[in-house]
Amino acid sequence: MIEFSGLSLYDAVFTAAAGVTVTAALGVVLFRNIIYSALSLVLAFLGVAAIYFQLNAGFLGVIQILVYAGAISVLIIFAIMLVMNRPAGRTNLTSPRTREVFTGGTITAMMLTALIAAIGLSDWPKTVLLKGADDTVGMLAELMLGDYVVAFEAAAILLLVAVVGAIILAKGVENK
Amino acid sequence: MEALFVNLAAVLSGWLTSLGLSPIWADTVLLFVKWIIVITIITLNIIILIWLERKVSAFFQERLGPNRLGPFGIFQTIADAIKLLTKEDIVPSAADKLIFKTAPMFFIVVAVMLYTVIPMGQGMEVINLNIGLLFFISIGSLSTIALLMAGWGSNNKWSLMGAVRSVAQMVSYEIPLAFSLLGVVMISGSLNLQDIVAAQGKLWFIILQPIAFITYFIAATAELNRGPFDMPEAEQELTGGAYTEYTGMRWALFFLAEYTNLVAVSALMATVFLGGWQGPWLPSWLWIIIKTYGVILVFFWVKWTFPRIRMDHLMSFSWKVLVPVSLGNILLTGAGIYFCRWMGWC
Repeated sequence: MIEFSGLSLYDAVFTAAAGVTVTAALGVVLFRNIIYSALSLVLAFLGVAAIYFQLNAGFLGVIQILVYAGAISVLIIFAIMLVMNRPAGRTNLTSPRTREVFTGGTITAMMLTALIAAIGLSDWPKTVLLKGADDTVGMLAELMLGDYVVAFEAAAILLLVAVVGAIILAKGVENK
Repeated sequence: MEALFVNLAAVLSGWLTSLGLSPIWADTVLLFVKWIIVITIITLNIIILIWLERKVSAFFQERLGPNRLGPFGIFQTIADAIKLLTKEDIVPSAADKLIFKTAPMFFIVVAVMLYTVIPMGQGMEVINLNIGLLFFISIGSLSTIALLMAGWGSNNKWSLMGAVRSVAQMVSYEIPLAFSLLGVVMISGSLNLQDIVAAQGKLWFIILQPIAFITYFIAATAELNRGPFDMPEAEQELTGGAYTEYTGMRWALFFLAEYTNLVAVSALMATVFLGGWQGPWLPSWLWIIIKTYGVILVFFWVKWTFPRIRMDHLMSFSWKVLVPVSLGNILLTGAGIYFCRWMGWC
């Protein structure tokens, strides 16, 4: 990663990335065309990746782009295109109805307040930044395949089961 | 000659600092200068590449190819570029205008971003990222979205079919693409492309990882939507796929981005499997150009030799052949590394 010792540039990059993320996330909810919502989701994912990069967590940022922006959102768009059966302009459920927007907005505001309160009130452990913290890949590998290997492998098996289940759901079971 | 460009960058950086810029801003300006140089090289290079592809295809089909404008028809591409620049820009009235107009820009931006991490010589890269290889793969996966946007935005059956095909193909081939590079990463022990080049000082990885080279080459051909895997464009049945509705400059941008991707992937193959910028006598930046052009010629050769593959064959080939083979290669590489350590050879 590039080291920015000057705080102002660092802050400017964060503000830009966070601004793009928040605007795109709002777009996901507010666009009337669901394709636009899905594409805003891609932008939001990219914004989050930019924040990861800025925090020197390059590996997480790259995986965010590869998995979320590159694969998951593509599958979402794909699914939307395959099942869409009305004009694209009236596909996103929330937008035109004021009552739903109001209800959703209230719930979101409550959740956001709770989240901010939780973040502000919790006593965060001060992690010491290791020397050579640039090597996030090695650190993550040691954690995932060392300390937490059982949980990691359990998650892998869970995913495998999910994949097999999805194939059976999609193809159906042959009755003999 | 060797350190020509590195010295130029150092001179520029020193000059900027002497003007009173802080080192951070000098670095930022230098980054922009590097980008402008990269983009200029890409755009100028494509003129040669298109001419070369037309000449190569003509050679394969026993034709002459472009031969009217200038010696060997070398100015043909420039004439074509001027024609494309001055053509009318048509946006279909039923198209989703915003997505239709954004798609080519997104595609070219993603393609240019691939050059961020490619080492173009000793100490010559835009940014020396310690996860460069992974960055390359992940940015490459974004071009799927651009094609999807083009296909959807055009509001045309051919375009949508092309987009659907390209997405299915690219999502499937991304898996063997990433897996085949893992063997190289395991041997060199780094995701940094400069480290990978340095690890090939004695032996190129094409000799240590021949299976990975072949699977990567096949997967990259599919990822680039090039023949024999050019189902998404398939002029004869889809009239151009996702690009059907695009004209003039917008179409040219797609074309430019496709060649930009081709050069980037070829440069990555030269870096990862063919020893990168290392080579005797000539300066390092010349070696990477020679090797990249070698790989590009192989891509041309394959495209103009093999007929197009059927879509279902294409998909089952990825999932039933390439994925198991690349997984097996990872297993084999791991076993090989342990065997090598056990014998005390490395």
